[in-house]
Parts: sequence; structure tokens; C-alpha cells
Amino acid sequence: MAHAATADAHDHSPHAHHEQSRLVKYLWSTDHKVIAMQYLFTGMFMALVGGVMAYAFRMQDAFPGSSIPGFGVVAPGEYNSLVTMHGSIMIFWVAMPVLIAAFGNFLIPLMIGADDMVFPRINRLSYQVFLLSVIVILASLFVPGGAFGGAWTAYPPLSAQAQFNQTGPGASMWVIAVALEFVAFLLGGINFIVTLMNARAPGMKAFDIPLVCWMIVIASILFMLSVGPLIAGAGMLLFDQLVGTAFFDPARGGDPVLWQHLFWFFGHPEVYVVLLPAVGFVIEIVAVFARKKVFGYKTLLYTTVAIGVLSFFVWAHHQFVAGIDPRMANIFTITTLLISIPVAELILVIIATLYGGSIRLTVPMLWALAFVFEFMIGGVTGIYLGASGADVYLHDTFFVLAHFHYTFFPIAIIGNFAAFTFWFPKMFGKMLDERLGKIHFWGTIVTFNAIFIPLFFLGLKGEHRRVYSHLNFPELAGMQPLRVFATAALVVMLLFQLVFLYNLWKTFRKGPAAGKNPWQANTLEWTTTSPPPHGNWPADQMPKVYRGPYEYGHPDRAEDYWPQNLPPQSA
Amino acid sequence: MSHRPMATDRSATGIPTGRLAVWWVLASEIVIFGGLLASYLMHRLGHPEWANATAVTNTWIGAFNTLVLLSSSFTAVLGHQAAEKGDGRQAARYLYMTMGGAATFILVKTYEWGHEIAAGYTITSNGFWSFYYTAAGLHALHVIAGAIIMGIVARDAARGRNLHRVELIGIYWHFVDVVWIFLFPLLYIAK
Repeated sequence: MAHAATADAHDHSPHAHHEQSRLVKYLWSTDHKVIAMQYLFTGMFMALVGGVMAYAFRMQDAFPGSSIPGFGVVAPGEYNSLVTMHGSIMIFWVAMPVLIAAFGNFLIPLMIGADDMVFPRINRLSYQVFLLSVIVILASLFVPGGAFGGAWTAYPPLSAQAQFNQTGPGASMWVIAVALEFVAFLLGGINFIVTLMNARAPGMKAFDIPLVCWMIVIASILFMLSVGPLIAGAGMLLFDQLVGTAFFDPARGGDPVLWQHLFWFFGHPEVYVVLLPAVGFVIEIVAVFARKKVFGYKTLLYTTVAIGVLSFFVWAHHQFVAGIDPRMANIFTITTLLISIPVAELILVIIATLYGGSIRLTVPMLWALAFVFEFMIGGVTGIYLGASGADVYLHDTFFVLAHFHYTFFPIAIIGNFAAFTFWFPKMFGKMLDERLGKIHFWGTIVTFNAIFIPLFFLGLKGEHRRVYSHLNFPELAGMQPLRVFATAALVVMLLFQLVFLYNLWKTFRKGPAAGKNPWQANTLEWTTTSPPPHGNWPADQMPKVYRGPYEYGHPDRAEDYWPQNLPPQSA
Repeated sequence: MSHRPMATDRSATGIPTGRLAVWWVLASEIVIFGGLLASYLMHRLGHPEWANATAVTNTWIGAFNTLVLLSSSFTAVLGHQAAEKGDGRQAARYLYMTMGGAATFILVKTYEWGHEIAAGYTITSNGFWSFYYTAAGLHALHVIAGAIIMGIVARDAARGRNLHRVELIGIYWHFVDVVWIFLFPLLYIAK
């Protein structure tokens, strides 16, 4: 992995070349933008790893037992490892680092007019701990027995005992890697929160903060308040694995359901931890490309806080079939259905912002609109699963799998592409190719739906997740064409990512210069050069703030935008 | 390379950045210990027989350690007071006394655990002992880490540098103290 990190560094630092000192300087930089790039490119690399894993196990599902081009025959144990690692990597090493760490690092200081994070060295430490967790999880692919194969939720006793999961060393490394990753994001999260609270530009009041900063910081708070019990749980699981304690072993007085509580007490808020930054990206992009003030800034903010509070009271909806008391299941059904109200409100605020705007269908805007559309499918199918009666039938089927991919794919892939294409000019000072961007967009969105809509139907017919070969079940074998179709769509989607990589390569070579403010946006990051220098602004030109971030189409002004830092008399 | 950004010295809330961060660190620590202790409580309620195991733990040793920790928190407060007055040397002296408390706590703990392990009560004996060693062990790690950081802060303070950190490590030390206040009754007194 040290190799991959080096390759990363070469990717995005034109200065690194082969001078050792520059490279060392780069790896030890405390500049928030450099750390953001480190997180971004590590996350993108891990997305590639997770994507290839999906390719391998989807091919196995479509053509069980045959040799897969570029991979070979997938053994049953390997299949377990692939499925587990795909889930873990996509959540912990793609969604989290890119959505929160990369964009949080890049955007927060720039958008609030600060020269860096308040604790630059803790910020660097955060990435280094994260990199260590990446190394541990990638190394676990190569230990005897292979990577952990007990599913990303790591339910004991399956996860606690090597005789069940068959991947003893991999299981322990998984726990250690996840715990390290949590430490990295706690360090990063504290930095985000304190930076937003204390380091804002003069004049920037609480409701002048761009919503994406609020979203990332509220997400960091949710993460911090939910992850603690799981850190304790991870320690207990590690002791069960290595020392021989019996925290989760029912035969010796432990309780396996306790792990499920600890895991989902974190796991469900985690959904909102990754959702909120994505909503933040979308709302920024929609305001800019609808040329319109965000509909209900405070509504959106209070709604988000309501989601945050409610998200701590829904976790047991993952455990309706774990033998919990049916009365408790009723309570969690009600809270789960309640939380769909504020989430719907977020979506409605975005749609209301579009209403009456003068919409520009740029590539980032397309991604943002696709987020709204696709995420709604994920949200609506979640209502079936939140109702405990329906969930008893649908639990652990492909319906669940399709549902949460309709939430996580819009969040982690669509949301990230939206943000990446929107802030790319600021990050690298060049404009991406719009035509290639649109080809990539449509190629990804159409194939995404082609993968997961069939899986809803498979799930409704009772097909369970994490099954090595569905052909072994006569009642499920007849639906093989649907599985082949979904897998074919996945292969096409992965191929379309080459368009994206080509676009990047082409833009880095000879893309047109972006200038300071290519999208004519209001927020502070667009007032400095692209890419911004170390310190973001010259020390004597730190921005001051005079108004909110979304003053588009103001009647008193000739231009349809009004940057936050312009003094009032210049209207 | 690591110059201090002007962001660090801004204070939109009016609370100094370092103090704000320490409070957030404590918030994250509270949920870690909270999760562990809630798990213990749930188990404990389902296993009345664990009372037999608690009966083995030595309440007097636990009480002595409680006294040691509380006193060390007191010297941490005196250190803060000295730092407020700008007397770094005096602040450092009080912090060294607090570190002495930490060392006493760990030594007593070592003696206590040594006896218990020798008597056959290990982390794998049963659920109670698993929680006992895990929770008290995690707390002990916090004591050790706090003492090390305190040493760094005290060394600086003695030379009159970074006096505001005396308060920050003090806040953390009170937290370590408060965690023990929860652990002591749960692991020693509740029979």
C-alpha cells in the first residue's frame, strides 16, 4: 500500500516528480487542501478496489463456478471475503473519507474564509491514522485464510470465532482497521467542528455559513456521538477473538444481540452521517445552477438537526428478526417512519429551490438532480423495510440490498461526482470537459438503475443476500436471466468510468483555465485563485462577510449573483 | 512547515479554540465509556450471580484509589490557579504532584490486579471479570496517557510556555476522575 500511496502522491501533485524532499514535504504537509487531496485520492483508489470486488462477486452470482476474466474462479470462502470487503470498503474507506474528510477538509476553511483548519497538525495525524487503517485492511487480503468473511456488519458469533468465519487473522485485522478509521475520523471531526465554530471570517454569522459546512459539521457531531459504543464493542469483539473472553458468546453467558445493538446504534446514524454531506453538496450546486436563493435555509438546518436527533432512536429496525420484543419493534417502526418526514423535507427544500429558477444543466447540476431522483427511490423503498411486518419477510433479501444501494450509491457515488465536478475548477484550476462529463453521467446513471431494479424483484421473490450460488436453490434458479442482466449492467457501468478517467487525464493535460469563479457563485472559496495558494488568501486580503451565501438574482443588482465578501456599497 | 494559522487564534464563539476542542474530545470519550458501561449494566441486570464475583473485588483498595484520584484532581485545580496567575513554575509543581497521584493509582492497580490474577480471576473467568478488566483497563490507559501529556505540559509550563494548556489537561484529568467515580460503585460496591 505504501506503493499505492506513492502512486497517489504522483497523481495529483505536479510538483512531486521524483524529488524525494518534495514528496516527503507533500506527505507531511499540514495544508488542509493537500490533506483533502490525500483523502480524496485514497478514497478514489479504494472505490476502485471496492468496485473490482463487486465485479468479481456479481460475475460469480451470474455465472456460478465459472472462471471470471481477470480474477479466476471465486471459491466459496473468497466469495464471503469479497462481499464483506466490498461493503466495508465502500462505507468506511470510500464514503467516509471522500464525503466528509476530503470535502470537509477542502471546503470548510475556504468557505468560512479561514487560512487553514484550527489544528493543522491534528489534521495531518488524522490522515496518517486513516492511511494506516487502509494499509491494515488491504494487508488483510493477503493473510492466511484471506480477508474477513463475516459480513460488514460482523455479527457474532460468526465474527467472533475463527471456526465459524474461517478467516481468523482477517477478522481481527478488520476490527483493528475499522477502529483505526474511527480514530482518524474522530480527530478530523473535532477539527471540523471547532474550525466551524471558531474560525469563521469576520462578519460571518451562524446563518451566513454555507449549508454544506453545516451539513459536514452536523454529520461529524452525529458520528462522534454514535461511534463510541461501537469503539467499545470493537474492543470487546477483539477480546472475544484473541483473548477468549465471552462478551458475545451465549454459551458462556454473553449476548450476541448486544453487538447488534452497539453496531446499529452507530450504523444507523452513520447513514445520515454520509447522507448529510451529500445533501449539502446538492443544495450548494442547485442554488448556483438554479440562480436562486435556497428555499428555507433555516428550515433545512432545523430539519437536519431533527434528523440527527431522530437517527439515534431508529437503530433496532435492523433487528426485527433478531428476536427483539415485538412491542419494541412497534416503537422502532414508528420512529423509523417518523424520520422519513424530515428527510422528505430536505428533498422538498431542494425541489422548491429549483422552482422558478433559471436552471443551467451543467454536469454538476445533472449529478445533483440525479441524486434527488435516485435517493427518493431509496427512501421510498425504505418505508417497506421500516414497517416491522413487511421487514420480517424482506429481511436480508436482495430487496434490502437494492434499497440501501439506492441510498448509498446516490450518496457516495452520485453525490461525490456532483461535488467533484463542481469544485474541480477550484481544486485544480482547470475546467473539465462538459461533453465527456455528460457521457459519463448518463452511462453511470442508466446502468446504475439497470443493476438494481432487477435486484428489487429478485428480493421480492425471496432471494437472500450473501448466497454463493443461487442455482443451488431450485425455486430461485429460474430467475438467473435477471442476475445476468444486472451483472452485465455493472460491467458496462465500470467501463463507463474509463470515460471519467479519460476526462481527468485530458483536462490535466490541456484543460482550459478555470479562473477564480467559473460558475459565478457567491461563497467565499470562489473569491481566491484556482487552485488557492497555501493560506488560501494573501494574509492582508482575508475575506470579510457581509451577507448570506445564496443571494442570487437580487433585484437591486445588475449581476445575478452577489458574493458574500463584497461590501454593501458596491451593489 | 507547521506555522500556526490565523484560524487557530480566531474565536467566533468567545471560547478559546483549545478549550472548545477538549470539550469535544470529552464528548466523544463519554460515549465510548457510556457504551461500555451501558453494556455492562445490561449484562449485570441479566446475571444476578455476578454479585458473587463483585464480592471478591476489594472495596477498600478501590476506595483508596478513589481518594488518590480525587486528590490529584485537586492539585490539578491548584495548578490551573497558578497558571492563571502566570506562575508557570508553581503550576508545573502542582502538575507533577498530580502525576504522582496517577503513578500511585497505577501502582495500586497493579498490586490489586496481580493478586486477583494470582487468585485465578482472569479476564476470561466469566462475564463480570471480562468487563472488570476491560473497563478498568481502558480507564487505566486514560490515566497513563493523561499523565504523559501532563508531563509534557508541565515541562513547558515550568519554562513559562503554553500556560493555557495547564487548564486543558486539567479538564481532561477531571474527566478521567469522573469516569472512575462511575466505575468504582459499579465494579466494587454493587454486590
